[in-house]
Amino acid sequence: MTDTALSLERLAAEAAAAADADPHGAEGERYTAVNSEKNRPLYASRVKVYPKLVHGNFRRLKWLVMAVTLAIYYVTPWLRWDRGPGLPDQAVLLDFPARRFYFFFLEIWPQEFYYVTGLLILASLGLFLVTSVAGRVWCGYACPQTVWTDLFVHVERFFEGDRAARIRLDKSPMSGAKLARKTGKHIVWLLIALATGGAWVFYFADAPTLAVQLLSLEAPAIAWLFIGLFTLTTYTLGAIAREQVCIYMCPWPRIQGAMFDEESLLVSYRDDRGEKRGPHKKGTSWEGRGDCIDCGQCVAACPMGIDIRDGMQLECIQCALCIDACNDIMDKVERPRGLITYDTFRNQERRKAGETPRLSILRPRTILYSVLILIVAAIMLFGLSTRSTLDVNVIADRNPLFVVLSDGAIRNGYQVKILNKEHEAHTYRVSLSGLDGAMLTRPALAGEEEALVHVPADSLVNARFFVSLPPARIAAEGGEAGFAFVVTELGSGREVMKYATFRGPAK
Amino acid sequence: MSEKHKDDVTGVETTGHEWDGIRELNNPLPKWWLYTFYVTIVWCFAYWVVMPAWPYLTTEGWTYTKGAIGYEQRAVVANEIAAVHETRAEAMQRIAELPLPEVAADAALMELALGAGKAAFGDNCAPCHGSGAQGFKGFPNLNDDNWIWGGKLDDIHYTITHGIRWEAAPDTRNNIMMAYGRDGLLTRAEISDVAEYVLSLTNRAENAEAASRGEEVFASQCVACHGEGGVGNRELGAPSLNTAVWLYGGERADIIETVSNGRSGTMPAWGGRLNEATIKSLTLFVHSLGGGEDEAAPAMR
Repeated sequence: MTDTALSLERLAAEAAAAADADPHGAEGERYTAVNSEKNRPLYASRVKVYPKLVHGNFRRLKWLVMAVTLAIYYVTPWLRWDRGPGLPDQAVLLDFPARRFYFFFLEIWPQEFYYVTGLLILASLGLFLVTSVAGRVWCGYACPQTVWTDLFVHVERFFEGDRAARIRLDKSPMSGAKLARKTGKHIVWLLIALATGGAWVFYFADAPTLAVQLLSLEAPAIAWLFIGLFTLTTYTLGAIAREQVCIYMCPWPRIQGAMFDEESLLVSYRDDRGEKRGPHKKGTSWEGRGDCIDCGQCVAACPMGIDIRDGMQLECIQCALCIDACNDIMDKVERPRGLITYDTFRNQERRKAGETPRLSILRPRTILYSVLILIVAAIMLFGLSTRSTLDVNVIADRNPLFVVLSDGAIRNGYQVKILNKEHEAHTYRVSLSGLDGAMLTRPALAGEEEALVHVPADSLVNARFFVSLPPARIAAEGGEAGFAFVVTELGSGREVMKYATFRGPAK
Repeated sequence: MSEKHKDDVTGVETTGHEWDGIRELNNPLPKWWLYTFYVTIVWCFAYWVVMPAWPYLTTEGWTYTKGAIGYEQRAVVANEIAAVHETRAEAMQRIAELPLPEVAADAALMELALGAGKAAFGDNCAPCHGSGAQGFKGFPNLNDDNWIWGGKLDDIHYTITHGIRWEAAPDTRNNIMMAYGRDGLLTRAEISDVAEYVLSLTNRAENAEAASRGEEVFASQCVACHGEGGVGNRELGAPSLNTAVWLYGGERADIIETVSNGRSGTMPAWGGRLNEATIKSLTLFVHSLGGGEDEAAPAMR
């Protein structure tokens, strides 16, 4: 017998084994999708999915993406970035106690949180774009739920074997060997979950310091709490709940309908080529039948447990593993690859109508998303490149709006808030512009040289100033006059103007 | 409910309702979801036992189940406030003991004092002086540079401690603005003249002759307290009459009413009611509002 015939025989044996496992092969059907009609009572018991290992380009791609994303997750907190003395040298740090987000060269203060908003807008537009081009690429390859579930499934495979072996093991009575395999699996799962939670906390504190604290059991309680929380969620969602998260918890699959269109590349079964499906005996003709030999390998490989041949489904995360599984079979039966492939609805129609299939990546939807991404990115870049390290805010006293002094002059009070975002202290001179005859003073007890405000590094100083005007002046203006505070940095001469209003009695 | 309808594509029964051609699939709920719901029910019973939960009526009125761990939000707040007081106790003690200028010179103490003063002002002083210390008729504005009893730190401290015309305080600030009209000390014409003279001090007189008659009345009756030219006398608590700031209004009618009926506003003595650290904080806060006078605070930077 040839190798091909051997492996086909093995597939048939596996299929037979699977057929015994209800409901995967009830009523003479060898494979049934978990969401098929007969599996639908009022409350549905979970039908366990036993994804089979496949080999191929998409599996290799998924290995690569898993390695890269996990590496990013675990390594990022350990990257260093020198910011000068007295400042954290962690490249990515969310420092909540000090209320600073550090991201490489970026340093975001709480009042600049709109940069994070912009980042989220970019992320969602990017998600829209790739989804309209190539479907749920995020879900299939990069989503943490997918990556960790994939990892957990491989651990399961290591301890319990591949699909058929796992089905057999679950059906077998409890034994020492079974207990050992199951226990080993759960221990490794928990260790991975622990490592996930453990890495998470490094984003919020200096990683080397916290690592030492964790090892010497001196870490703050909040660190342990979050490690525990993330261990629990990673274990529950990634190892136990798996596809249930995607089907029942995640809102994203529901939004898909609005993101695809008929030109989106989706993992599809080409029924024009595959039907009529049916078992095929080696050496017999392919005339008058489809290429699908109904071997069920696409269903066996599916981590969501569905049958891609039923068409586009909410459950499908488009991981493309069925493509690998089917291509393998097509090679063995010597038919062209691509019975299951990235395909568009429109091309399916074109083929049926005898037209040549073609891709149209550039269409209004993708152009719109791309343009929006460019616009938002440009706004962000502009904002970041012109980001000021000196912010001035002027808040006029409202209670009282103005004060009449003994000599009849009108006085207004202002809080001049000077925010020095640089890592060194600066002194600023505060002066007025556009208010003739005005006098600038500071309250007696402010404790600083008049008009000079000293602001330490990375700090905000709230300096109170009084502005006085002769009464005739403000009455002539109808009770209101606009002017500006000018804050000049001593040394560099940098200037920030902030407009304010002077108020007095109107008569 | 209409008759059963099956969706053609999925083969799933729909709920039977239809909205503009859109039907809802009647998919089964996952069992683990149902169990999650049961767990939340169990959680709620556990919560009732552990935490304060149910109100009930006793003969002494409404109360509630206290819960097994005795958690109470009021107690949490009380503990937090006590903790804050404890951390500040030492600094507040220093504020109470140090002379005011030294407190003002210490940036950290000053920050604490201004905060404490602002809070104490809102609690105790705002009802009369206003939340912005802007004052009302009869209640002085504390933002301006016009002081009846003095605007130095010590003056303000004395006023707050002993009050004004506060009988219960032996050292209270006291004086009398007599009711010249009501008590028949001056005639209506004399009062009108003296009002004209007072208006002339701020260049608002309309009748120079009356003002000059009023000056004579002023010299005999008013100058002892209000001083030559109405400059006022802080020793005696006599307001200046030659500025733009008027406690009871500066129009002719206001002045005539003041001279006729007298004025004797009171302010409680806060010594004994508030502790020394609070009174000092209040002093520093009021002093910082913009009218505080410098001489008594030489230690300032």
